[in-house]
Amino acid sequence: MKFLSVLLLCLSLLPAHAARVETGDERLDGIFEALMGSDFAAKEDAISALAATGHAQRFEWIEGILDGRLRLLKKQKRLVWAEQQGSRYVATDALSGEMLGEFKKRKLKKIAINNAMRRGIRGILATRDLDSEDPAARLSSIQAMLANPSPGQAQLVEPRLASEADPEVRSAMQLVLALGKLGAQARKERLQAVIDVSASLEPAVRQQLQKMTDSDPDAGVRAAAARSLEKIEERVRLFGHLETLFFGLSLGSVLVLAAIGLAITFGVMGVINMAHGELIMLGAYTTYLMQLLLPEHTGLSLLLSIPAAFIVSGLVGIAIERGVIRFLYGRPLETLLATFGISLILQQLVRTLISPQNVPVSNPEFMSGFWQVNSVLSLTYNRLYIILFCLLVFAGLFLILKRTRLGLQVRAVSQNRSMARAMGVHSARVDALTFGLGSGIAGVAGVALSQLTNVGPNLGQAYIVDSFMVVVFGGVGNLWGTLIGGIGLGVANKFMEPWAGAVMAKILILVLVILFIQKRPRGLFPQKGRAAEG
Amino acid sequence: MKASTPMRRLALAVPTAAALAMSTVAQAADTIKVGILHSLSGTMAISETTLKDTMLMLIEEQNKKGGLLGKKLEPVVVDPASNWPLFAEKTRELISQDGVSAIFGCWTSVSRKSVLPVVEELKVPLFYPVQYEGEESSKYVFYTGAAPNQQAIPAVDYLMARGVKRWVLAGTDYVYPRTTNKILEAYLKAKGVAAGDIMINYTPFGHSDWQSIVSDIKKFGNTGRKAAVVSTINGDANVPFYKELGNQGISAEDIPVVAFSVGEEELSGIDTKPLVGHLAAWNYFMSVDVETNDAFIESWHGFIGDEERVSNDPMEAHYIGFNMWVKAVEAAGTADPEAVVDSMIGVTAPNLSGGVSAMMPNHHITKPVLIGEIQDDGQFQIVYSTPGLVPGDAWSDFLPGSKDLIADWRAPLSCGNYNVKTAKCSGQNY
Repeated sequence: MKFLSVLLLCLSLLPAHAARVETGDERLDGIFEALMGSDFAAKEDAISALAATGHAQRFEWIEGILDGRLRLLKKQKRLVWAEQQGSRYVATDALSGEMLGEFKKRKLKKIAINNAMRRGIRGILATRDLDSEDPAARLSSIQAMLANPSPGQAQLVEPRLASEADPEVRSAMQLVLALGKLGAQARKERLQAVIDVSASLEPAVRQQLQKMTDSDPDAGVRAAAARSLEKIEERVRLFGHLETLFFGLSLGSVLVLAAIGLAITFGVMGVINMAHGELIMLGAYTTYLMQLLLPEHTGLSLLLSIPAAFIVSGLVGIAIERGVIRFLYGRPLETLLATFGISLILQQLVRTLISPQNVPVSNPEFMSGFWQVNSVLSLTYNRLYIILFCLLVFAGLFLILKRTRLGLQVRAVSQNRSMARAMGVHSARVDALTFGLGSGIAGVAGVALSQLTNVGPNLGQAYIVDSFMVVVFGGVGNLWGTLIGGIGLGVANKFMEPWAGAVMAKILILVLVILFIQKRPRGLFPQKGRAAEG
Repeated sequence: MKASTPMRRLALAVPTAAALAMSTVAQAADTIKVGILHSLSGTMAISETTLKDTMLMLIEEQNKKGGLLGKKLEPVVVDPASNWPLFAEKTRELISQDGVSAIFGCWTSVSRKSVLPVVEELKVPLFYPVQYEGEESSKYVFYTGAAPNQQAIPAVDYLMARGVKRWVLAGTDYVYPRTTNKILEAYLKAKGVAAGDIMINYTPFGHSDWQSIVSDIKKFGNTGRKAAVVSTINGDANVPFYKELGNQGISAEDIPVVAFSVGEEELSGIDTKPLVGHLAAWNYFMSVDVETNDAFIESWHGFIGDEERVSNDPMEAHYIGFNMWVKAVEAAGTADPEAVVDSMIGVTAPNLSGGVSAMMPNHHITKPVLIGEIQDDGQFQIVYSTPGLVPGDAWSDFLPGSKDLIADWRAPLSCGNYNVKTAKCSGQNY
């Protein structure tokens, strides 16, 4: 009985019937039939066979297989280009270009590909791009060769070097050739090649040099390879440190962004606001809602989210201050409990009104990808923008506090409330506005965080501890302290992470901050003067 | 003929059932109670709420078919609120106050460990639907999710057959990843992988800053020998992890990531275009193209009233577990927990990938292992499936402490951790 059921299962798992394609060309029919099947080894071969047919449209088709546009119209057995329009697909015949009309998704069969096939396809396309008009395409083709070195490359590149005009492509080509020569027969050629590649940071070069250092038949070449390798490794290490520094700066700026609103509400006003994290979360949700409103313009909606999140979180902040906190000034313990309650209410509100699940927030085009400084150092754009954004927010807030009337009043009230009131400052109004400002900035931080992490009801909780840590470490009531403290903690964390691990690094940082606070209870930059006493 | 006894019992049960069904409404009070122990609030609510709904659907469908032994099934839903000690309390409440005949529930291993002593004491079966780290077999727990040999090991084999030489074992810092990675490390070393070719990394729950780790993975994979990441990263930490991979330009062709905790449900919240080609190993994918699965998805969409909802592996585990329990109750002719536990072993039920799963003497089940590549629509395309069903192994063969242990709950052995070398049962029940 059991064997029978196992047998039945085996049968049911056998590939379903491969779909037939009728192109009129028997050879193509066979290739596409294999491609529509589910035997991936056969499909890989079919791709190579397709590239070898010499058919005028073969590269277009191969590209179409990669991006999923080339499909089979099941009933008609025709190979078509499928373009999505709304929920339906417009199909045009892939051979004749004839318009075939609109179809449901289910009528079209996609050619299933796996990673090995994707790699094969990219290899084929790279070879094609060697003769492309566009220098960028030629460069990426050469770089693909560098990333996956194979013996035949040098022969492909050599005849093209003389006619290459673009200097960047040229130097990449020379590197491919030098890499080829590292495996040359003649000792002299190898020795020269070892010296030629010593300026390159390509991983392929390092791998080859490592191999030669270990096992080249000639002692002189071995020593030269070792010297070149050492030189390269030294630079790689340097760039490694730079990368860690960049990671630290970006983590630090996230910490600063999360904490800077708190630096106002807690630092300047002295309110222990446990709902700070939820104000950040509201900012992130504003980004999400903005994207729902403008689904086609991710970039624009992100930019619009910044003022929108400021207003939403700011208004909620003012409501919290007017509704709850103003009755509790001077009673820190009760403020703590009340704002903690508010944070739970806000979380549940989001769960009920939107969803208990995380919501998807997409990144605009300019936020994805990376800036390749060289082959060992690349800086991701989203992090670069976050660092920039953090500095902008900081500068903006700094100007508001130092240069505007509101800023003056805020500072006056925080330094000496009764004196400020005696001078005619409406202190209750200033309290509300200050809290609103701090909350609004938290909302803006939420916009930034939505680009880095999950947007969900628990988003705020992940940042509340870090925020308090940064503000206390930097020195309560001091904006510069928050900036330096946040960046410092971020960099320290990232330099510790490689040898301590992510979990340990976080713990170590907390312990260090606790020890530091023991020594200097007022943080890095303690507030001076009379305000510090109160 | 083995089947004769249960068949005869069934033959006896059918007229009784018919008679009961025809009797008056007064019988409605006479129900079989089924406990559902899934967190409906707190951090695990994201995953567990779906399973509660799945159970309600399965029970509703069974009741439409006339219930069980002529009685209606009555779901008793409690909310342990992602709070591990509360799981134990709620279990006690379900058994002692509500008198449930079986419990379907738990997600995290720590919640299961918290429930274990209670079901052992009160002798009511728990059906646990999630893939877990193994190293356990309790008389009162039926493990319908995957053991490591039904998920992790086949996934590693798949990659190894495709030329992967260097391995990153990345996980969230808790018991499931740590045990799974220990097993995998021992397995890889047994296969001749050098210690220098294995990189192990743990991160806290909800980790969001993946820059340095992804950069390390990139360096690790840049040596000219193919590398892959085996990920036991849990929950929503996966989203920033995959985002960072995409941002640093690591594609699935360079360094594929095979994940054991990323399924349709987890992908439904994110844009999967940058993830195309990364892998996941499960015993079920929503994209499985067989009729039982289509029917399941249809009734799920009908029940939940949302065509966009996905189905996933733990849901299938509950589907199998529930149907096995139904069969065992029918075979035993009673819903009495002890009798049902005894008749569970050997029970078979269809799974959703076109085969039939069986409950084995070690309280784990047989399942196919499927490997899928993530597609741009958030679904998986199956690129590999084991030729037959893989029986779940409670005690890993690759850990020094457990390779001599077996679990067999049939008489006369009746032991969850029998040492074949010393011929002794440790006496511990789990």
